[in-house]
Amino acid sequence: MAEKAEKTSAFSRFMNSNQTVGYVFAFPFIFGFICFSFIPIVTSFYYSFTDYSMGSKTLTYVGFKNFLQLFSDDVFIKSLGITIKYVLLSVPLKLAFALLVAFVLTRKSNMVTLYRSLYYVPSLVGGSVAVALVWKQLFARKGLINVVLADMGLKTVNWFGDQKLALYPLILMTVWQFGSSMIIFAAGLKEIPVTYYEAARIDGANGPQTFARITLPCLSPIILYNLVMQTIQAFMSFTQAFVITQGGPNNGTMLYALNVYNQAFKYNHMGYACAMSWFMLIVMSIITLVIFKTSRFWVFSEGGED
Amino acid sequence: MYTAKVTRKVIYHVLVVIFGFIMIYPVLWMIAGSFKDNSEILRGSLSLIPKAVKASNYSTGWKGFAGTSFARFFLNSFIITVVATLGTVISSSLVAYAFCRINFKGRKFWFTCMLATMMLPSQVIMIPSFLIWYRIGLADSYVPLILPYYCGQAFFIYQMMQFMKGIPRELDEAATIDGCSKYTIYTNIILPLLKPSIVTTVIIQFYWKWDDYMGPLLYLSKPESYTASLAIKMFADAASKTDYGAMFAMSTLSLVPVFLIFLIFNRYLVEGIGTSGLKG
Repeated sequence: MAEKAEKTSAFSRFMNSNQTVGYVFAFPFIFGFICFSFIPIVTSFYYSFTDYSMGSKTLTYVGFKNFLQLFSDDVFIKSLGITIKYVLLSVPLKLAFALLVAFVLTRKSNMVTLYRSLYYVPSLVGGSVAVALVWKQLFARKGLINVVLADMGLKTVNWFGDQKLALYPLILMTVWQFGSSMIIFAAGLKEIPVTYYEAARIDGANGPQTFARITLPCLSPIILYNLVMQTIQAFMSFTQAFVITQGGPNNGTMLYALNVYNQAFKYNHMGYACAMSWFMLIVMSIITLVIFKTSRFWVFSEGGED
Repeated sequence: MYTAKVTRKVIYHVLVVIFGFIMIYPVLWMIAGSFKDNSEILRGSLSLIPKAVKASNYSTGWKGFAGTSFARFFLNSFIITVVATLGTVISSSLVAYAFCRINFKGRKFWFTCMLATMMLPSQVIMIPSFLIWYRIGLADSYVPLILPYYCGQAFFIYQMMQFMKGIPRELDEAATIDGCSKYTIYTNIILPLLKPSIVTTVIIQFYWKWDDYMGPLLYLSKPESYTASLAIKMFADAASKTDYGAMFAMSTLSLVPVFLIFLIFNRYLVEGIGTSGLKG
């Protein structure tokens, strides 16, 4: 051993120290964080106070003008409202479905794996342009949904022609993709010790009671995780609205991300678009903070969150 | 008693299957649509069996646009997806190892930064990133679509760390006694045991990247460098009437790789979830 230690050169000792190893392995992240997150964020912050547009040689500092303009921009205000409506409807519904299906599919059966794959399919393909185009066709004027409504003797609906209705097919499409949350819930359900359920049964608890008193509290850290991730994801939804409705009719489906994209790349208002995305960052930070702060009251974390 | 139990079981399976069928109906309808005539699709027919099978949708669609065929679009998608997924697996596992197993100065700080990027809306980064790539002159290339994936993806780093916590530290200690350095512990101990988590990463990252629309939309302007998702959207943008049959044919083809990856690795996906449980 002593002989070996002597052979260890200063170089190899340096290479094997925790500091070096840590930074060698963490290097990809640190490099990426600085180049692809930190610098762009700072740049975005800087641009949000300018009238920057692509191709222009000059760049004027405009102070808070971009931010003030947001509140007199009708499209912006409308898009903010629509996005909030979209998030408030789609996220809870999606999580409720995910939890329900995950719960129903915890039974011990060889078929469960197959069923779970079946229910995962929409998540697997839902983000694609292909499925967005199918969705557009399903809800078209003479589309399948209207054919079914007509067959049932109901009035057909011009889904994408009415600004009050156009958002609902998009919400339905988001809820339809509950598979990835379901998988995470399913993993969480497996971790609840069987003894808890046995104890509850001995105490005479019925199904709903067991669900409310054991399943939900034990899953609460996972519900929190899914809630935060899905809320952020919903705020960023873009492809569906871009492919299916282009934000129309009358900006009835102008989701926030689409609005930012339009301002930046359609109208070349880069400075303004940066201000919009910063506003979004602030709003989302507040929402995330509120979710975390209130989680103290409903997240049960005796076993520690992992 | 016995029959009641069987009846309940049958009802359960029937309900689950019926609901599952409704769930995947839009996908099945698309596949059926790829063999239908345009007029039949536009009538909104519910049927999953085409009146007359029109396989020519595939050959028409395959021709693509402006002299670029779908062979090219699929190849482009494939290159971007495979190279980016590979990057995600390599870089994320490296970073997860650093955060999970190595006690270096600044670990807490960088870990917090990682959690922050997980919650950072991509729109905030989108515009300045584009402008930076544009200024460097790489905006119209695959570099912006691939390089960031070699810098670790926060979501997957986090997932891998969760999994790594379940690998007993005693293994690391035993390996150290056997003469392993911290580098070879990663290659010889951690990486092989991380397999289920890596498989999950491959599946999810593959279909995220394959389906990605916004990235290619921002960065790719030459039709010959388009990905399949951009090309499919062109069917709907065509000035003349949309050829729905051809569009659905190419859409169906575009979902084949995703399904293949899922079918091949599905078993491992479930395994990966299983081992992250308490019994694992």
